[in-house]
Amino acid sequence: MNFNIVISTGSSTPIYRQITEQVKHAMATGKLTVADQLPSVRALAESLVLNPNTVARAYGDLAREGLIESRPGRGVFIIRKRRVFAREEGRRRLEPLLDALIGEAMAMDFTPEELKETLEKKISQWKHQKGAEDR
Amino acid sequence: MNDAPVIQTRGLTRYYGAKAVVQDLNLEVMRGSVFAFLGRNGSGKTTAIRMLLGLLAPTRGGGSLLGCDIRALTPAVRARIGYLTEEHQLYGWMTVREIGEFQAAFYPRWHPKIFTGVIGHFGLRPGLRVKELSRGQRAGLALALTLAPDPELLILDDPALGLDPVARRSLVESMIYLTRRSDRTIFFSSHNLGDVERVADQIAVLDYSVLRVCCSLETFRGSVREVLLRFAGAPPPLPPIPGLLQAFRTDHELRLTCVHYNRETEQALRQLAPVSLELPPLGLEDAFISYLGERGEKSFILAEPEVES
Repeated sequence: MNFNIVISTGSSTPIYRQITEQVKHAMATGKLTVADQLPSVRALAESLVLNPNTVARAYGDLAREGLIESRPGRGVFIIRKRRVFAREEGRRRLEPLLDALIGEAMAMDFTPEELKETLEKKISQWKHQKGAEDR
Repeated sequence: MNDAPVIQTRGLTRYYGAKAVVQDLNLEVMRGSVFAFLGRNGSGKTTAIRMLLGLLAPTRGGGSLLGCDIRALTPAVRARIGYLTEEHQLYGWMTVREIGEFQAAFYPRWHPKIFTGVIGHFGLRPGLRVKELSRGQRAGLALALTLAPDPELLILDDPALGLDPVARRSLVESMIYLTRRSDRTIFFSSHNLGDVERVADQIAVLDYSVLRVCCSLETFRGSVREVLLRFAGAPPPLPPIPGLLQAFRTDHELRLTCVHYNRETEQALRQLAPVSLELPPLGLEDAFISYLGERGEKSFILAEPEVES
């Protein structure tokens, strides 16, 4: 498993979210795949020098989202993602992210066309990566 | 499992002459937590800690440690508490090994393994003389002496003071190691919010001798929010906003820091008709500084919301 979590204190992202985001990113880019094992809460807490509750919280969030599973006595494993939010709820969560994206793009003087183009490029990159991973 | 708080104070107050150094402090520290006690220099943290340990008599109020009244801590209870002060009093002429053996004689539950483990972690050789140690090494030795009796409750008064980054990291690692036993409690004061973010699950903040925050780290971070309002023209004057800590205005922006930001706050701000309203994420340090800044309301205390049980 060539996967390494890097924690920065003083960030505006709370530490538990740095962990969940990096695990999700590693899954999205294929660094972590189904059946890969993650370190135990205790082991990750000690290697990252964190309160174990913080790691437990991150793992809890990932488990609730259906991305990992803790098998008692064996460890923590990546599992196949299932859809955990109803479409409606998903849209509700996506909305503020889109607002922030558009707000930032406007502030940096992007035209709507440029933004659309950038987004499309990103999506096709992502599709390509995902295709490679699924094969 | 014993659910009684490990540390509890009620109206704990101390005056020096006419000046209140600690005022009506109500604290509860639950077993198994890593509790960070924060506040600026001179806010009363050390005075509060000294009262907790029975080293200084309160002017009013009281409290308990491990269920024992702080005015009458017995030697048996004290033996279950580890206390590390800012200044480490150590005999300079002894070697590291000798001082360990000397200290061990006072404790029925002395663990030589913990002692050698911690000094090893700080890179201390047992043959070194105490007077030859660097500041970080002395701190490591003092910590080893405090941890070796395997205390149920560890009270650290600004343990990171004057330590270099490597020694400080060793200190934090030792604290994390201690949490291996879930019934061990750590209560520490600190100015290093990076360390606090790493190890603490609960925080309390003293400001000008008054407790202003006592909740989980996450509750604190979630309660102090930054709001960025953009306007087409100059920002309009700001109506009274409950929980406003700070406001900065630029040509087209209003940047606010609020506590207890909620739907009503947002509605009040929407009334100003901004082009956009954003809630950019705020780091712990910024949240802390805004909260203790000179401006803003001082009338509220940030605590865990009451949970119906």
